[in-house]
Amino acid sequence: MSDTPLAPLQFRSAIAEPRAARWALIGIVVLGLGVLLFAPLIAVFAEALTRGWAAALASLGNRDARAAIKLTLTIAAISVPLNAAFGIAAAWFITKFDFRGKAFLITLIDLPFSVSPVVAGLCIVLMFGANSALGGWLVASGYPVVFALPGIVLATVFVTFPFVARELIPVMVEQGRAEEEAALTLGASGARTFLTVTLPNIRWALLYGVLLCNARAMGEFGAVAVVSGKIRGQTASIPITIEMLYNEYLSVAAFSLAALLAMLGLITLLLKTILELRHADQIAATYHH
Amino acid sequence: MFKTIYISGHITAQGNLVSSHPDGQVTISTGNQRLTGWPVARLLRGALGAFALAALSLTAAPSVQAETLLNVSYDPTRELYREYNEAFSAWWVAQGNAAPTIEVSHGGSGSQARSVIDGLGAQVVTLALASDINKIAAAGKLPENWQALLPHNSSPYTSTIIFLVREGNPKGLKDWGDLVAEGVEVITPNPKTSGGARWNYLAAWAWAEKNGQNPQEFVGRLFKNVPVLDSGARGSTTTFAQRGIGDVLLAWENEAYLALKELGEDRFDIVVPSVSVLAEPPVALVEANIKTDEQRKLAEAYLNHLYSPEAQALAFKHFYRAWDASAASPEDVARFPALELVGIDHFGGWAKAQPEHFGDGGIFDQIYVAK
Amino acid sequence: MGRPLIHRSPMPGLGLSMGITITMLSLVVLLPIGALLWKGASFGLGNIWETVNRPRVWAALYLSFRLSLLAALFNLVFGVVLAWVLARYRFAGRRILDATVDLPFALPTAVAGIALAALYAPNGAFGSLAKELGFTIAYTQWGIFIALIFVGLPFVTRTVQPVVEEIEREVEEVSATLGASRLYTIMRVIMPMLTPAALTGFALALARAVGEYGSVIFIAGNIPLRTEIAPLLIVIQLEEFNYDAASAIGIAMLLISFAMLLAINLIQVWSRRRIGYV
Repeated sequence: MSDTPLAPLQFRSAIAEPRAARWALIGIVVLGLGVLLFAPLIAVFAEALTRGWAAALASLGNRDARAAIKLTLTIAAISVPLNAAFGIAAAWFITKFDFRGKAFLITLIDLPFSVSPVVAGLCIVLMFGANSALGGWLVASGYPVVFALPGIVLATVFVTFPFVARELIPVMVEQGRAEEEAALTLGASGARTFLTVTLPNIRWALLYGVLLCNARAMGEFGAVAVVSGKIRGQTASIPITIEMLYNEYLSVAAFSLAALLAMLGLITLLLKTILELRHADQIAATYHH
Repeated sequence: MFKTIYISGHITAQGNLVSSHPDGQVTISTGNQRLTGWPVARLLRGALGAFALAALSLTAAPSVQAETLLNVSYDPTRELYREYNEAFSAWWVAQGNAAPTIEVSHGGSGSQARSVIDGLGAQVVTLALASDINKIAAAGKLPENWQALLPHNSSPYTSTIIFLVREGNPKGLKDWGDLVAEGVEVITPNPKTSGGARWNYLAAWAWAEKNGQNPQEFVGRLFKNVPVLDSGARGSTTTFAQRGIGDVLLAWENEAYLALKELGEDRFDIVVPSVSVLAEPPVALVEANIKTDEQRKLAEAYLNHLYSPEAQALAFKHFYRAWDASAASPEDVARFPALELVGIDHFGGWAKAQPEHFGDGGIFDQIYVAK
Repeated sequence: MGRPLIHRSPMPGLGLSMGITITMLSLVVLLPIGALLWKGASFGLGNIWETVNRPRVWAALYLSFRLSLLAALFNLVFGVVLAWVLARYRFAGRRILDATVDLPFALPTAVAGIALAALYAPNGAFGSLAKELGFTIAYTQWGIFIALIFVGLPFVTRTVQPVVEEIEREVEEVSATLGASRLYTIMRVIMPMLTPAALTGFALALARAVGEYGSVIFIAGNIPLRTEIAPLLIVIQLEEFNYDAASAIGIAMLLISFAMLLAINLIQVWSRRRIGYV
């Protein structure tokens, strides 16, 4: 090596891939997502717009569609915070303490994914349906779970159960416990340690978990279909309404609602971008020490 | 004072107390409307609070005095019941009653029946197969003799199975016998998951019987020609019409006409086979879910009115073969060609046909037994 | 085996976090699944075995688990690359790519299935291309494979991405200053850090694919013994009001999935011990 000082450009390239590799990876990703994700998305929007914007928008203003949108937002507003709270607690318990049967516990948390949504719905009907002891009592007391909002929320929480916890666990494993231990040694309270040390470290994972959980909560069909009763304008969420409309040969209305659901995903992305910009300095700090 | 009340079904509302009634009900004001209902016990209020606002926002200003009715139906009847509900409401009001709130739920006939068994509070069921309502009866929700309670086996309208082929019928498919030929692709839903597909299967069976073929072998050959078994009728229509798979779609007559109307009359032709089935989609009152005498009156009127000339005309309009053509538009009636129709009695009724043909390990399953 | 059940730790919040975890887990997951197992228990082990031990059920289970495994493996590789590209590289359209990753969840499964079938059917955009190359995708096992990739796509990406974002750059700098090539750094320094997250994503994608019904049904063909997936068999049993048989197949799927997930999680715990904390 000559004795010229290292140029910044060369320094950066030491922890970055060669240009060619970088563009090859980007190319693979763009192609893969193009075929696997963008194409279906475009197909949905194309179907929605076959009769023009006006028809698509008009179908969203329909009474049943509005009720479905409200219901779906309500479902997400209840089930996502529940899952976030559970996820944080479970991740803390699993990564900050050593106990026997950890892999077993994590597997139990994963379990809802491996249960077919139809079976998930069936489980809830078996537990809370009018023909079970518990469900019979609840119905008799005037608080039915199945075919009402509580059952739909329960089904949604079930199918989205692992999201937040499973996002947080790998990150918190990666972080280790040293920082929290230091804070505690310095006299910080448990809550303060969590808020000022742990939370900033896991914020991205938490955000991704919530995003995934939210998307799935709004889009879930199989399990909700079993417990919803499919009453128009009452217990029909957006995915259920889409299926109904599709079966009525109202493809424009069905796909408009589907496109709307995809757009709701984009809104959560907008929130993420805003968060990213607000914390731009901190991100810069992690990237360029 | 802030109160939570219970209006009907699982609907609750919250608002400031306006007045208490001697029967224990209370009236509240939610700001833009006044509602009367039973107060919710204090302990449960917290848990319900989260759901209450949502539930309230979902109900379009429930009219408190009017009766509500939930009709749990199957998939292809949406257009029919949407119009019928309006017509019935108007008629009911004209009889001097308060405007009723009629709700409908649509889905696969079997899963809808299951929902009712598991507690979906339907006062009226209008399903595809009598066997599905039999299951509800077996669960004790309605009397065993339900099918004798209304005219025509409790079936206000009927339909049959016909062929939808591509424009100009390029393969020259005229009757069931042509469908088992080498190279013909037949699209039908799965008889295991679709009520309509059971009729497809039985229609083919009936034709084979009448034409001196071994029906079991014939139906086996027919299903060997099926490249895609969708789970429902609509899925099959999409596979055939939009995906371009197959030469012939076996479909409900009303679905075929609807598909023709929605997807283009110039792309498909309807072919009527020599023999088909008389499908009788039955309706029934679910005794166990009737709460008051007023509700019973409404539910009974709802079902009986289906047989009125006005409602029968609606059924004709939506491509069903109804009974009373007196008020129907002649072109709606003239649409249906005459053909030999075989009812479920020919197969010994659903109680016999269902397990024998479609049950676990039944004749349909044997078509696909591993060699 | 003298290990205590829970090691003593200076960390606060044991009671609270354990309490919330166990309560929610019991209420949401264990009780309903317990109801399913209870149903199965009343049906009897012998009857469950009789329901499951049939060529058609085995064919469906084999198909479901084999294709789910293949789809999850594809997602493992593609997901790690995607997470890396999204977290590390800056290029036009990155945010749009980032946005669409969650799409498979946001689209109801039936819509996804219909859209995929439209694309991959012989008269669709990709299907007609494949037809010219001499093979069909929709209504064959390829179609199922594509649908399963679609539903599992976000998992690996979204579990690995935050880990990539949290990696301290010093680690890579140290590796580079010590003379390691970039490839060596990636394979020996970065990959081990990503392994737990990637395995998590793999496990979730696998589990999700096994249970998937709504989207697969539209593109699968559903011909018994050839393109019939296990969840469809459950729906078929339910259509016959046969809750017992439906529970039996559900329990069989649950047990196989549970065993696979447990194996993956044990590998993860083991690899974590071997690698230790960074």
